[in-house]
Amino acid sequence: MLEVSVRHAFGAFSLDAAFRAPPGLTVLFGRSGSGKTTIVNAVAGLLMPEAGRIAAGEWTLLDTDRGVALPPHRRRLGYIFQEGRLFPHLTVRQNLSYGVRFAPRDAPREDPRRVIDLLGIGHLLDRRPGALSGGEKSRVAIGRALLSTPRLILADEPLAALDEARKAEILPYFERLRDEVSIPILYVSHSASEVARLATTVVALDAGRVIAQGPAAAVLGDPAVLPTGPREAGAVLTARVARHHDDGLTELDAGGLALFLPRVAADPGGTLRIRIAAHDVILARARPEGLSALNILPGVIEDIRPGEGPGTIVALDTAAGRVLARITRRSAAALRLETGAPAYAIIKAVSVATSDIGGTAAR
Amino acid sequence: MTGWLGPEEWQAVALSLQVSLWATLVSLPLGILVAYALARWRFPGRQVLNGLVHLPLILPPVVTGYLLLLTFGTRGPVGSILADWGIVLAFRWTGAALAAAIMAFPLMVRAIRLSIEAVDPKLEEASATLGAAPVWVFLTVTLPMALPGIVAGAILAFAKAMGEFGATITFVSNIPGQTRTVPSAIYAFLQVPGGEASAMKLVIVSVVVAMGALLLAELVGRRVAARVGGA
Repeated sequence: MLEVSVRHAFGAFSLDAAFRAPPGLTVLFGRSGSGKTTIVNAVAGLLMPEAGRIAAGEWTLLDTDRGVALPPHRRRLGYIFQEGRLFPHLTVRQNLSYGVRFAPRDAPREDPRRVIDLLGIGHLLDRRPGALSGGEKSRVAIGRALLSTPRLILADEPLAALDEARKAEILPYFERLRDEVSIPILYVSHSASEVARLATTVVALDAGRVIAQGPAAAVLGDPAVLPTGPREAGAVLTARVARHHDDGLTELDAGGLALFLPRVAADPGGTLRIRIAAHDVILARARPEGLSALNILPGVIEDIRPGEGPGTIVALDTAAGRVLARITRRSAAALRLETGAPAYAIIKAVSVATSDIGGTAAR
Repeated sequence: MTGWLGPEEWQAVALSLQVSLWATLVSLPLGILVAYALARWRFPGRQVLNGLVHLPLILPPVVTGYLLLLTFGTRGPVGSILADWGIVLAFRWTGAALAAAIMAFPLMVRAIRLSIEAVDPKLEEASATLGAAPVWVFLTVTLPMALPGIVAGAILAFAKAMGEFGATITFVSNIPGQTRTVPSAIYAFLQVPGGEASAMKLVIVSVVVAMGALLLAELVGRRVAARVGGA
């Protein structure tokens, strides 16, 4: 359990945030300038906040009331930086083993071969960072942090500098990290789809304040929590792969409701997380007929939250979980939508982006 | 080489090499420390330190030499203490090395400081988060990455020490075999009739050494940069 409470001000910006992160992967989620990186740097000891307490389990990293402030090198954290920050004068092998020599002898060690396998970097060991692609650098940076025997892994937008193809390459490694490595991870992101795929817990930040924290589905499905704006709104569903059909579709079982998506690379029986973007959902008062969309989820309207401009966010409680729909206020009025009324969420199968479908089991 | 150079001339060249080598090696650790302090630390008196380091570059060398004589002479405040320990600098080759080191120090510090400033502090932060205490951050990241500048600074300082004249002759005079370095020898040869030939040989030696040092600095710097670089 990681406990963080930090107060800090620079210029017009003030940060006053507190949260608790249970084991697993905790995402600090918010738009740029919301204070995410400041919090991570305070946890790492690279920034000294005006006041605060940071503790990992029994172990206090910072407590300004008691005058405790460990220097960064005694905090035993694996920090994965946005730009990688590999040492250019060392080979990949030397980069990976850099932290090992500073770790206490009795620290529980990751097996280097396992980490190298997990990240698929065995063929790069004798190269220098200058000769690596962006995605390879990211993987080496992850490995270097893992092998320093950290008690906590910090990742500050590790995918932000990569293009979409490289992101798709690296995301599965973080999923494996979350599922196969027992070290808690604090992960900074402003991407809703990254959060949906990776987060065990979400801490949503806005202007230096925590506006919500909890399990990913609960926080992202809450129409009040839109730290990156209504455009990025979307709910997270958990579904089991039922079967693959010959016509290129995969049938999923989400709480008893059938959900059809373009072929997903997962075996039947496996569990997936799917992020359904709110702007891809159409609402209807009656079950529509003669419609091309394959997925029609019946439910009850839980919440209607008008946003800025002409849009409004409607939360629909279905058997598959909470679904968010972003529709115009005019439509909401025309359909006479109101809390408690039955409605149908219509989702086009092809509108769900592959980057919004998470790989392995969501805890 | 001894065949072409007479014994007197060879003595001056050998002494110059000895003086310059010691001047460079002994001042290098201090040079790195001062360069690091100027590049990375913010402390009161930083500008004063910076000025002090650069002073020998701007002062007339004879002034630097006279100040050295006042300070490190056997009756000077520092010299008398050193003399009690049996260390005498005035009119000895060690004094010539001190004068050369001080005159070469600004060049050395400038080169090293520039290369330390070029090391990305973010890499030093990364090193710290991986468990490296500040000393280890310096030894495993800052120092190796600044190596091209350190090598270049040392070679430059060596070449400058080889050519030091004004401060040396003021501080330790011009004693054959003791303090008569190449520049002092050239000066001495030019004072006596028929000395031009010897002076010319030493002039050639000076030019070759200076040119060689510059080329070496360039070459080594490039080699090390290629090994370190490619960020």
